[in-house]
Amino acid sequence: MTIRRILIANRGEIAVRVIRTCRALGIETVLAASEADLDSAPSKLAHRALCIGPAHPSESYLKADTIVQAALGVQADAIHPGYGFLSERAALARLCEEHGLIFIGPTSGQIEAAGDKLRARSEAEAAGVPTLAGDPVETIGEALALGREIGPPFLIKAAGGGGGRGMKKVDRLEDLPEAMELAAAEAGSAFGDTRLYLERFITRARHVEVQILGDGQGNVVHLGERDCSVQRRYQKLIEETPAPALSEEFLSRIRAAAVELAERLAYRSVGTVEFLVDLERDEFYFLEMNARIQVEHPVTEAVTGFDLVAEQIAVANGQELRLQQQNIRLEGCAIECRVNAEDPAHNFRPSPGTIRSVVWPSGEGIRVDTHIGPGACIPPFYDSLIAKIIVRAADRASTIERLRLAIAATRIDGVATNLPFHAEILADPEFEKGGVDTSYVPRFLERRRVLLEA
Amino acid sequence: MTLTAKDVAEIIQLLEQSCFDSLSLEMDGMRLNLQRGCTAPVSETHNDAAAETASSVPPPPPSAKARPPSKPGLFDVTSPFLGIFYRAPKPGQPPFIEVASKVEEDTVIGIIEVMKLMNSVPAGVKGEVVEILAENGALVEYGEVLLRVRPEASP
Repeated sequence: MTIRRILIANRGEIAVRVIRTCRALGIETVLAASEADLDSAPSKLAHRALCIGPAHPSESYLKADTIVQAALGVQADAIHPGYGFLSERAALARLCEEHGLIFIGPTSGQIEAAGDKLRARSEAEAAGVPTLAGDPVETIGEALALGREIGPPFLIKAAGGGGGRGMKKVDRLEDLPEAMELAAAEAGSAFGDTRLYLERFITRARHVEVQILGDGQGNVVHLGERDCSVQRRYQKLIEETPAPALSEEFLSRIRAAAVELAERLAYRSVGTVEFLVDLERDEFYFLEMNARIQVEHPVTEAVTGFDLVAEQIAVANGQELRLQQQNIRLEGCAIECRVNAEDPAHNFRPSPGTIRSVVWPSGEGIRVDTHIGPGACIPPFYDSLIAKIIVRAADRASTIERLRLAIAATRIDGVATNLPFHAEILADPEFEKGGVDTSYVPRFLERRRVLLEA
Repeated sequence: MTLTAKDVAEIIQLLEQSCFDSLSLEMDGMRLNLQRGCTAPVSETHNDAAAETASSVPPPPPSAKARPPSKPGLFDVTSPFLGIFYRAPKPGQPPFIEVASKVEEDTVIGIIEVMKLMNSVPAGVKGEVVEILAENGALVEYGEVLLRVRPEASP
């Protein structure tokens, strides 16, 4: 089957990004948009925009039945789910499978395997990928016994979900019972699933993830890794490749581990295997697998030269992998910063509104993925990402310098953004040195607060 | 008093549902001008999305339809869902309503199917059907005008 028309079940910059590739491939696009997004850039760029429901995501972007009905109604061949929303809901993939539509992503079975933390972890173990000491725990007695074995500090996690909910850090064995009760209650109300998991907590960790691509026929390649340790409240802010200050030997082991897991699943589509790198033990451990195109994928595109969305569409269409590992070269260095409509001067509170004027940077080695032009509206119903600025250069120092200049050339009037915060991070000697851990942003903010008060 | 983004969104919605084409509001030193239709904002700055809109015109969509403007004095009955619109309860049966039918608020005027789930659509107004826009068996969008009713003047 050949894909001629794709329904895009998403919004914002990723919808624009998918439309761009579809145009290059000569594929028609239909955008499934909420009422709040009918005047957005992707609505105008798509061949057709369909209003699928009111602004609130639960009445539009999260309705799998409506999305599939829309795709069937316009005779689309395939659905691209973007990231977030329904992208990792097995139910949408299954509905597509049942109705003869191509889901541009993994199979519903693969989404289920990657989405359940316990299941993903056992798949990782079976593939020989290192996992952190830990196990599911049902009773407080079990938790205490396991806690004595692995030693504090611990992390209690919800098996059924992520995003920090149901997650508790525990420093002392005697605090475990109370933390477990809290975590179970939180997990139950957030995910309807009270299953918990106890594992060793890594005090100083980096977040390093490997981009993989598989064709569902057993062929899998990796396209290098991204370091996403610059995070605030589990939200990534800056991503870069290659991961700085790690040896080539270490990187080749972590990349191979990701490929082994994807091979075990006979994975189809683009995906990301996330790892925690323990800086004290100099080891890496499986964290989770994301069965979707990720926000930060352009970083990888910048150093490989490949269009990941085009490859994702090709393998969804049943084609064999066109890329061979020996032909994938990782050249130079790339960094992305996420531009969010949020105000760093007021504890990063959201800043929706209308853009009066905007100038995005341009020039050699600079790419901007955005849906925001002058007059664009940032509705309050969705996440605050308005653009991604991605730069590439030969080495890390010149990439940082190029990104600094790109940020300085950016002008956004109408809403507050976190760009000043990015500029500060890029000028910080600790970031410049490379290899910061995930506690870097909170430490940086604290350092700055102390400085301002002095 | 200042307008929040939510206020503006609500005002836009009011304009959408009204029979007016533009709205201007002045209060406390601020002015809000709203205009119906898709006049793209003119600007000298460039961005990828805006530049592309201007430079390459996509081929016409296979089944696109422009939204008809509202008509003064008539009530638009809009689709509460995206789905397939059916005018009759079953194939071969007479339609729920025709032009000139009298409807009450709760008179069923059609069915919207969303993946085999049938949702009946009430008229939402008392009056006389003047025009039926949606075709039987066609995909309708959320908010699309299905038919127009001349409301009965309240006694």
